Amino acid sequence: MKHRMAVSVLSLVGFFVAFYLLLWKIGVLGELACSTGGCETVQTSEYSSLLGVPVALYGVAGFVSLFVLSLVGLQPRWLGRREPTVLMTVFSGIGVAFSAYLTYLEASVIHAWCQWCIASAIIITTAFAFSLLGLLTWQANQVEA
Amino acid sequence: MAGKANMKLFYAGLVVIFVAGAAVIWLASRGGGPPPVQILDEPLTLGTSAFPGYVIGSDSAPVEIVQYADFTCSHCATFAVLHGPTIMSRLVQTGLARLRFRGFALYQVSLVPLNAAACAGEQGKFWEMHDALMFNQNEWFSGPDWPTARRTLRTFRGYARDAGVDVGSYDDCVEEGRYYERIVATREELSGSGLSSTPAFDVGPYRAVGMISYDSLRALVEAVAEQQR
Repeated sequence: MKHRMAVSVLSLVGFFVAFYLLLWKIGVLGELACSTGGCETVQTSEYSSLLGVPVALYGVAGFVSLFVLSLVGLQPRWLGRREPTVLMTVFSGIGVAFSAYLTYLEASVIHAWCQWCIASAIIITTAFAFSLLGLLTWQANQVEA
Repeated sequence: MAGKANMKLFYAGLVVIFVAGAAVIWLASRGGGPPPVQILDEPLTLGTSAFPGYVIGSDSAPVEIVQYADFTCSHCATFAVLHGPTIMSRLVQTGLARLRFRGFALYQVSLVPLNAAACAGEQGKFWEMHDALMFNQNEWFSGPDWPTARRTLRTFRGYARDAGVDVGSYDDCVEEGRYYERIVATREELSGSGLSSTPAFDVGPYRAVGMISYDSLRALVEAVAEQQR
């Protein structure tokens, strides 16, 4: 149960990070708070959109999905079932792979760092770690319960 | 019992995070509003050492908006996309104001698109090229290595051709960097007047540095027009 709670908290924080970037991308926010100085370079690069959709929107959708999944998994009828944790691991795993690709682009292609993108990558990686841990220790936790 | 108490605490924590996140974003969106406006000791006169810029609008318009911008500046592109069309239709075409564009090269690489626009300007197509460069900034500006790519110059050439520029003489102009010196001289002149970032706007005695909304710009135009009555 604890791993689902951790993923809920992480995905809610991740949602706000991605939502902040999305609002800037679509012109709602005038200025990005950015101590690394590269946020706008990253956000205006050709890699900030994928298939015509802002990358930040994928982040928002991913974190919302993860948040909903983790909350569903905390409801009494799903607490004893493994499926929510499996799905959380798959979703966050896809997120980690996508974040790794974006981080590679920042380092090797765009040559600029966006602190919010890095924060998002750390959050999704931590969420994946919790989900995987929950999956790997599922059997033991059920026996204890 | 303990489990229920834990869950209550957990949901309360989620609500706190949600409220905090929403508050931060709300504050950030307010921070994106109009920048503080400075009052210039005396309005900047157009220097004789450099180029006075490109003007669109009526000579008889009572107010002139001078915009300082760089094609590689993301806020300049955002401004052009979000507010450019409204400024054109509601201020320039109505004769309330005319707009003067003065290029301010933030970086060495800024010379390339500024020069390309000036080359299109030779054939009276500066504003078409301006719009193409600003509206498509995402397409061609992709990091500090971009100007070395021939691909970028080909992209600019495509914009020029679409704008109706005769690309034969445009190519010569781009190849020789015909306007580099003028762009650098303008930069030096404007730096000397205290300008250090873009976008920036002078409207009469007022200077606004940073993103400005259409409403804020219009308020400055109306204030200056009022002073002149």
